[in-house]
Amino acid sequence: MSTIETKVLIPAGALGIPYDRTALAKGLEASPDLIAIDGGSTDSGPYYLGTGTSKYSRSATKADWAELMAARATAGVPLLIGSVGTCGSDSAVDWMLDMTLEITRERGEHLKITTLKSGQDRNRVTTALDAGKIKALHAAPAISRSTIKDCTNIVALAGIEQIQAALNTGADIVIAGRTTDTALIAALPISRGCHKGAAWHGAKVAECGALATTNPNSGVTLMSFDKTGFVIEPMAEDAAATPYTVSAHMLYENADPFILHEPGGYLDVSEAHYTALDERIVRVEGSRWYDTLPYTVKLEAARRVGYQTVSIVMVRDGHYRAHIADWVVALEASFVRKAAARRLENVHLEIRIIGHSATLAELENASASGCEVGVMAIFTSPSQSRSTEAAKLLNPDLLHLPLTPHEPMPTFAFPFSPPEMERGALYEFCLHHTLTLDDPMSAFWLDTIES
Amino acid sequence: MASLGSIVRKIRSKNAGPFWLTIDIFCEDKTNFIHVCEGLQNTRIADLFNIEESMIQRFEMSQLNVIKISMPRPKIQGTAADTDMHGASFAVLLEEMEMPTTTP
Repeated sequence: MSTIETKVLIPAGALGIPYDRTALAKGLEASPDLIAIDGGSTDSGPYYLGTGTSKYSRSATKADWAELMAARATAGVPLLIGSVGTCGSDSAVDWMLDMTLEITRERGEHLKITTLKSGQDRNRVTTALDAGKIKALHAAPAISRSTIKDCTNIVALAGIEQIQAALNTGADIVIAGRTTDTALIAALPISRGCHKGAAWHGAKVAECGALATTNPNSGVTLMSFDKTGFVIEPMAEDAAATPYTVSAHMLYENADPFILHEPGGYLDVSEAHYTALDERIVRVEGSRWYDTLPYTVKLEAARRVGYQTVSIVMVRDGHYRAHIADWVVALEASFVRKAAARRLENVHLEIRIIGHSATLAELENASASGCEVGVMAIFTSPSQSRSTEAAKLLNPDLLHLPLTPHEPMPTFAFPFSPPEMERGALYEFCLHHTLTLDDPMSAFWLDTIES
Repeated sequence: MASLGSIVRKIRSKNAGPFWLTIDIFCEDKTNFIHVCEGLQNTRIADLFNIEESMIQRFEMSQLNVIKISMPRPKIQGTAADTDMHGASFAVLLEEMEMPTTTP
């Protein structure tokens, strides 16, 4: 009888996050069946999906990835990365593939590399919208055909079906576009017959590396899956998984701590029980998986909504600090007058008062008490040049505007010359929807090459 | 009276994707957990975040002594009006909320 026990080694919560090298070496000695790592997240904001680029530099990513490719060679098992380049766009997959090929040449390796792309063509998504195959999730923004037309990148989050297809190509390395964080880890154990609830639950526990242990920074975690449950063992000497650290991890970045929706169904951990096998290893059983029909995948998308220029001025003067809200109203009024006189249209000015309410905006309920405030003027318009034009228009006021016409002209502190900073394009996440698929592979593309 | 942050172990807020915010209140022990569950009404949370009470999802997890509050994000993450990309600062609103002190 063949054993179905499946071990997945997770080096870190994401490529680019530091991990314990000694722990990785120990993990490789534990004979894992797969090394899996996540390469992205929406947590850094919409810019990365909007531009299809990574938040980490190529050189830093290449150095980290080369280490994992060396680890793969040592273990002799497949290496899988998903949501590459922060956003998982097709351009990010190409970027990662290019880097991977470069490393194979440098290492003198000949490998089979499979890419799984999850970028969605706008016309196909529009057709799906017309056909009623796109459904809003709770608290999704309203969308129309024009929303989709404006997107610079749309990705679908792959589940286990698509990752299993990629692994089944027999690749040494799988580079996947956007996937759910969990599917990367759950795919192999489920294809080998391990308990589905345990596979998805264990995947959720391990998707942030060692975050579900007493030493989150150690990163390296070994997950063992079998017919009835999973076992989590952190590979760092000084890290321990306890029933508390493991069960508490379902809270993390999850609106519902018991239910996790995934392509093809959902995980329910409300009946899971956590047993300490020793002081640093935990076994979990009782998690349940439910298939749901129709098969859906989640969509993520970003669109460009304008270009921003930002000016910052510092106000140390006690009189102005005490009346800072009034001063900002005067600045805004002056801007409206000047913009109208110059026929500068379609520029939105938002002023945030740093040291007052710049973090929580209208939800702020504390009174400011510091010795200085910063005034951050954010100009947003359809072009970079227009936003900068507007910022330059307000420059003299930021420096010198008196509270009332009767007081001496003040001068505030510009931290830079010029004080205007061009921030580039502003992107917005605009889809929080699911796409119904008749065939899980119909929105994903596999390609295999030999290096 | 004492601030909620001063009577519990930890309060953290986090994005749960770009459209949702989730806040976890880690209580010290069972007594503390029951006290906070009773003292922290959803109406107060709704006022604090200026949202409809019906939009608040609340989970009282007695095994962990954790109260979890989830809601649509005050502003969608990264939009022009959003002021906190990772949503971590919203926890402060609950930390600074006044609560009756635990009776001995």
